[in-house]
Amino acid sequence: MYEAAVKAYEDAGLDPRRDVESFVCSSEDFLEGTSIFDEYVPDQLGAAQKPVCTISADGTYSLATAYMQILTGAFDVVAVEAHSKASDIVDLGPVLDLALDPIYVRPLGVSAHFVAGLEMNAYLTSRGADASHCQRVVVKNRNNAVANDLAFKRERASDDTSVVSDPLTKGDIAPLADGAAVVVLASEGIARELGNNPVWIRGTGWCSDSPSLETRDWNDAIYAQIAAKQAYKQAKIEDPTRDIELAEVDDTYSYKELQHVEALGIAGDRKAHELLEQGVFDLEGNLPVNPSGGSLGMGHTLEMSGLLRVVEIVRQLRGQAGEHQVQGAQTGLAQAWRGVPTASGAVVVLSNE
Amino acid sequence: MTKQIPQPWGTPLKEEALQKHNVLTVDYKPKVKYAWASGIAIGRFLNGLKDGQIIGTRCDNCGRVVVPPRIFCEWCFKPTESWVKLPDTGTVNTFSISYITADTTRIKTPIIPAVIQIDETTNAGLLHLIENSKPDAVKIGMKVKAAWLPASERKGSITDIKHFAPVR
Amino acid sequence: MFVKKRVAVVGAGMTKFMRRAQETGKELCYEAVHHALDSSGLRIDDIESVALGTAPDAFDGLHMKGEYLLDGAGAWRKPYSRNFVGGGTGVFSPIHGWWHVASGLFDTCLVVAEEKMSTCLPHPQAAFLTIFDNLIERPLGPNLIWIFALEMQRYMQTHKIPKEQIAQVAVKNKRNALDHPSAQIAQATTLQDILDSEVLAWPVQRLDISPVSDGAAAVILASEDVARKITDSPVWIDGVGWNLDTTYWTNRDLYFPRYVANAARMAYSMAGITNPRKQIDFAEPYDPFDYKELHHMEGLLLCRKGEAPKLTAEGVTERDGKLPICPSGGLLGVGNPIAAAGMMKVCELFWQLRGEAGKRQVAGDPRTAVAQAWGDLMQIGTVVVMRG
Repeated sequence: MYEAAVKAYEDAGLDPRRDVESFVCSSEDFLEGTSIFDEYVPDQLGAAQKPVCTISADGTYSLATAYMQILTGAFDVVAVEAHSKASDIVDLGPVLDLALDPIYVRPLGVSAHFVAGLEMNAYLTSRGADASHCQRVVVKNRNNAVANDLAFKRERASDDTSVVSDPLTKGDIAPLADGAAVVVLASEGIARELGNNPVWIRGTGWCSDSPSLETRDWNDAIYAQIAAKQAYKQAKIEDPTRDIELAEVDDTYSYKELQHVEALGIAGDRKAHELLEQGVFDLEGNLPVNPSGGSLGMGHTLEMSGLLRVVEIVRQLRGQAGEHQVQGAQTGLAQAWRGVPTASGAVVVLSNE
Repeated sequence: MTKQIPQPWGTPLKEEALQKHNVLTVDYKPKVKYAWASGIAIGRFLNGLKDGQIIGTRCDNCGRVVVPPRIFCEWCFKPTESWVKLPDTGTVNTFSISYITADTTRIKTPIIPAVIQIDETTNAGLLHLIENSKPDAVKIGMKVKAAWLPASERKGSITDIKHFAPVR
Repeated sequence: MFVKKRVAVVGAGMTKFMRRAQETGKELCYEAVHHALDSSGLRIDDIESVALGTAPDAFDGLHMKGEYLLDGAGAWRKPYSRNFVGGGTGVFSPIHGWWHVASGLFDTCLVVAEEKMSTCLPHPQAAFLTIFDNLIERPLGPNLIWIFALEMQRYMQTHKIPKEQIAQVAVKNKRNALDHPSAQIAQATTLQDILDSEVLAWPVQRLDISPVSDGAAAVILASEDVARKITDSPVWIDGVGWNLDTTYWTNRDLYFPRYVANAARMAYSMAGITNPRKQIDFAEPYDPFDYKELHHMEGLLLCRKGEAPKLTAEGVTERDGKLPICPSGGLLGVGNPIAAAGMMKVCELFWQLRGEAGKRQVAGDPRTAVAQAWGDLMQIGTVVVMRG
């Protein structure tokens, strides 16, 4: 966290002890093995004896929170943090199982990945897509990651087809990774003063569909639909297919990328797997999706994933994405999903003008 | 203006209801395990304890010497580069005489947790225990010294120090 | 300090606080939200966003507890997020809700705080082991009560406060709570009862401590235009403040909660309060232990350091005194379902400032009040200033 914070403040040209007025962190106790993880955040961010809070969600939620704080007019500079120390968790499975409903679901004794397996089956069937499309997402993202200096394992996809929860295979699941990200937000006046190539937040949205498995939609990512609508409204975007030029979406499981692209409305009414086949989502395509490689390529960083997607869009819009740069993009979208067994996620629309 | 506020809802259960199984329950024991990386600073601190040495850090910017050691000074927000060997003596900043353990089991012989300010630091304390044969004699401001486990038993843990005992 | 939109509380509701509730956490949320909606005349469709606060997942044995609770909290298909700042959560939750509305992004925000501690067996206290540093504190087997005992000892010794003056707070609050319909352990105790109670970790005795509880509370926030359409007497959130001190609590002098003072100054500045002692009509500081009320009174700058026990002894902080403190009965009397307890104080401010507190009503038509919560490892102060 300290490392990421130092880099972020340097990039912003700010001293956290003097200039940053509020800090918003992201964490979930059971991912840390410590209760009230909020206790352990301030010092390494330069936030001791300052307004600090923790949002128990993905880093994009914290970003939206910081955004709201600045919009109130009471704050000018707010820092946002998220991290993953997945390597501290001996086995993530039992932790995820702990998120299943204790009365109705846990007694069934199945692992949390089965929720993804169920949804994958429903989704693919409803669209007339199949495992080969999911495999193509994996290949695309792993290839993109080879050109990404931040990715943890820069190598092409292997063919691991061992079944986790049919039709979900091991190759469909993004491998875990450690990391930390800090993003600094500033009000317009301050941002222009600092003049460091600011990227503007045009809109944010977040939404939760039913947490109960029994009452949720299994085909569509409704949470992403509603969150996107909220963000587009703020961004005054009426036609996302026209205005969103690239997207970083959650791909914790390969099929999720397809489901999310459709829910976000950035590909119009078309089916995502068809556009995928046509190469539309490739790095050189008309709508690059996950040019960073996503979680499948960079590694899945738990509650940091969404913020990492934001960092990627910022790099792209600043022209700093190096080997995997998408040319001339001005408006991009980052989307997060909180993982199984949730139906919650957030959307951020960013542009460089 | 007064307004009739409705009676709050809620269905209290007595402990007997649980014991006599008058309510349906679901039992679950989480099997979550963690293997925490100790990090740079605490890793070095724990290694130091194994060698019978308390280690702290000094911020070259503000001059504060602190324990537990950290790779940055949280006040200056600058990296701390200087590692400092500290004496294993200190002063009691505050203490408590505890007749309960971590899960509220009652004990007859009290445990005495305390914050002990380590000598030669800038008011930096550590949480540890005080030797408990004379609880009434413990006072804030009392001088204490660490009682270590024998070297062969130390494994790089805060418990390599058994407790702190009053210096006579 | 400029704030884009003025925010008001337009409704409040809470459950009973109980040692063990039959209701699940979801159901507790529903019960509180139902009453909050009823009290404001709003329906769930009128709610544009939901902010929830709840403390450690370890009590419920539920990872991502915030997700589990959300449908009970009315957040289905709405923008929903959960904040978590330890014990400070109960008063932080309305702040979390506040910026939803003050930013201009939403006209209404439903704020819910919930806790179900009874799930943890054999005793919820054991779950607190995991709040300590995993590497250098947990191996010592600390009990949560230790940190309070250490802080209480330091506070008492620094100002030479006799135990009787501290125990008086427990007597006052447990008695005040007799008039609170949600109260878990309201009773008319005597000073001697407190002083005779079992010593757990000296100087902390059993009756110095608030009980473990299950419960939930909720308030509804609205922007100024919308608030005035809903009710004739909106209660304004005029000041918010929060402040987190360093993790290294053993490097700090625990006799004074400077982070509470920092948070209070932030909130007072926003609310235009320059002399809190004179301008605050009553206060609900966080009182999980009796000495905490005193510690926090000083942290809230309502009196000088070390003066709080004297004010208590003089009866100034009684409900009919010059500066009523915890007229609700506080955590000591009503109960301590961590996040919901702080929210209970915010609800109390709402009812008191509208003259709806019934038998608990503070006389003299109070206009300005402050609620405060505390949490983490002696680290966070969360403060709201409300005006009726």
